[in-house]
Amino acid sequence: MSAASNPFAPSLHELNKERITRRGRIITGLLALCLAVPVVLLLAVIFVEAMPVISLELIWGNATDKGRGGGLWGPLIGTFYLVITSVLIVSPLGVGAAIYLNEYAREGTATRIIGLAVTSLAGVPSIVHALFGLGAFVLFAGMGASVQAAACTIAVMNLPVVIAASREALGAVPRSFREACWNLGASRWQTIRTVVLPNAWSGILTGVILAVSRAAGEAAPILFTGAVFFKHVPDSGLARLLPYALDDTFMAMAMHLLVISTQVSNMPPERPFAAAFVLVALVLLINAAAIRMRMKLRNNRKW
Amino acid sequence: MSSSAGKRLGERAIEAFITFSGWSSILCMLAIFVFVLREALPVVPKIDFVELFTSTRWIPAPAKGNPAHYGALGLITGTLTTTLLGMALAVPAGLGAAVYVAEFASARARETLKVLIELLAAIPSIVWGFIGLMVIGPVVARVTGAPLGTNLLTGGLILGLMSVPVIASIAEDALRAVPDTYREAALALGASPWELVTRVLFPAAKKGLLAACLLGLGRAVGETMAVLLATGHANQIPTSLVDPVRTLTAAIAAELGEAPKGSDHYRALFVLGALLLLLTVAINVTADIFVRGIRTDGAKRAR
Repeated sequence: MSAASNPFAPSLHELNKERITRRGRIITGLLALCLAVPVVLLLAVIFVEAMPVISLELIWGNATDKGRGGGLWGPLIGTFYLVITSVLIVSPLGVGAAIYLNEYAREGTATRIIGLAVTSLAGVPSIVHALFGLGAFVLFAGMGASVQAAACTIAVMNLPVVIAASREALGAVPRSFREACWNLGASRWQTIRTVVLPNAWSGILTGVILAVSRAAGEAAPILFTGAVFFKHVPDSGLARLLPYALDDTFMAMAMHLLVISTQVSNMPPERPFAAAFVLVALVLLINAAAIRMRMKLRNNRKW
Repeated sequence: MSSSAGKRLGERAIEAFITFSGWSSILCMLAIFVFVLREALPVVPKIDFVELFTSTRWIPAPAKGNPAHYGALGLITGTLTTTLLGMALAVPAGLGAAVYVAEFASARARETLKVLIELLAAIPSIVWGFIGLMVIGPVVARVTGAPLGTNLLTGGLILGLMSVPVIASIAEDALRAVPDTYREAALALGASPWELVTRVLFPAAKKGLLAACLLGLGRAVGETMAVLLATGHANQIPTSLVDPVRTLTAAIAAELGEAPKGSDHYRALFVLGALLLLLTVAINVTADIFVRGIRTDGAKRAR
């Protein structure tokens, strides 16, 4: 049968449309690939370059000779200090703010202004957070350059992250759950504590994990608020695990990477690559945990 | 009776804390403005604001007897050029990837791409700077024949890679927020999937897509560590793609450590910080208004 006699054969116009759609799909697909390929490639380069020095010693050893040799124990433990302290500060505040916005505040001008403040806060450049931390915590509050000043600075930076994730988690709990609880005579807080929070817990945790990952990777906010390039870390004993004091300066992974890649001469190139590898691995592992948790949460949802 | 009174009191305390947290983001935002301005203000009378925006003579710490000059035009153009270059790369890639993920990709490809986008967003900016310095920079130098790998082009590439995940994920949300009835109506009228995207989804999600681009822009303008390492350090107006430049953020990060606390130089850097703060807050609030715009439009349409 010839095309002309088949009444259902696609017209030239339709064929053309199909071609354009196919082309559009290919182009957008390529753009998506543009985004995926460099990440994988760049991470592979970092890994390959870091290969020669990857060993347990890299994690456990002390940095020697201005980072030209040895391991990353000091900066790693400093990063843990920073992460834990800042998350302890930001979690109650961020979750509290989300509870206020989602459970207590009536939709109106006040919530609108708070919402704007959260967005603005999320958009403040990290170096401005550093200036703020220096002016407010290091100088005004008299904390000096210290773990606590850096942790406060990072906590302010992470506040919008925790608020946004927690708010989303709380918002996903169906209203009928709350109404059932109120009808049993429970107060607002009792309802939140016994019904809303248990059902929103994993979503909130996802936000906190994201805050952890940001705290681990940020360099600018800790530059002037407490991170230093070198600090002595004892070789053994409890002091090896807890080498820093909250009111004293500390080493951190991001700071370490910055200094050894720009300010130390005759640096063997695999050293900064190894530091970058460890930092990226740390951050990606934390994020992978957050992503997994969210997927599990989506699959286990009871409603 | 007394235990219930105690409980009531505990509940009051918790609710007071929740209300306080709710307002904490406003408090933080105000504090950032107050403390950045507080450190900046003493030098403001000495700054000629015409010079600030029209001259490239940035000599905040002159030799004894010479006048100080606060011309930030070189830094401002540094920020503008790297940001524009980054946006020129990130906007098509981000929007294209968003269209592919939202409309064309199979469920499996979509999940993979979304996870990749998230991981891309998680890589710390210091690592991006390091990649620019050690991996992309040398490639750029070899390909273009430029003497240095740290220049405008490398900085723009890095900023592009860093902004893509922001643009892609928010643009994808905006496309998904378009009601399915739009898609059904367009397809029923005989539109091809590509026509659906360009003639129906783009106009319907216009504001959300614009907001995505603005938030990407905000990230690029405020980015510090990546441009500090990857753009070279030359306070000048670039005349070619491979000229080294210095951005506002990089100037603060590089100079604040050297400037004695309380000196005019130190305070001038806070003035730059205040400029950055105003700029990024304006960008983010505009984006927020656009996003909210679509939400209320959607609600009206749904009715």
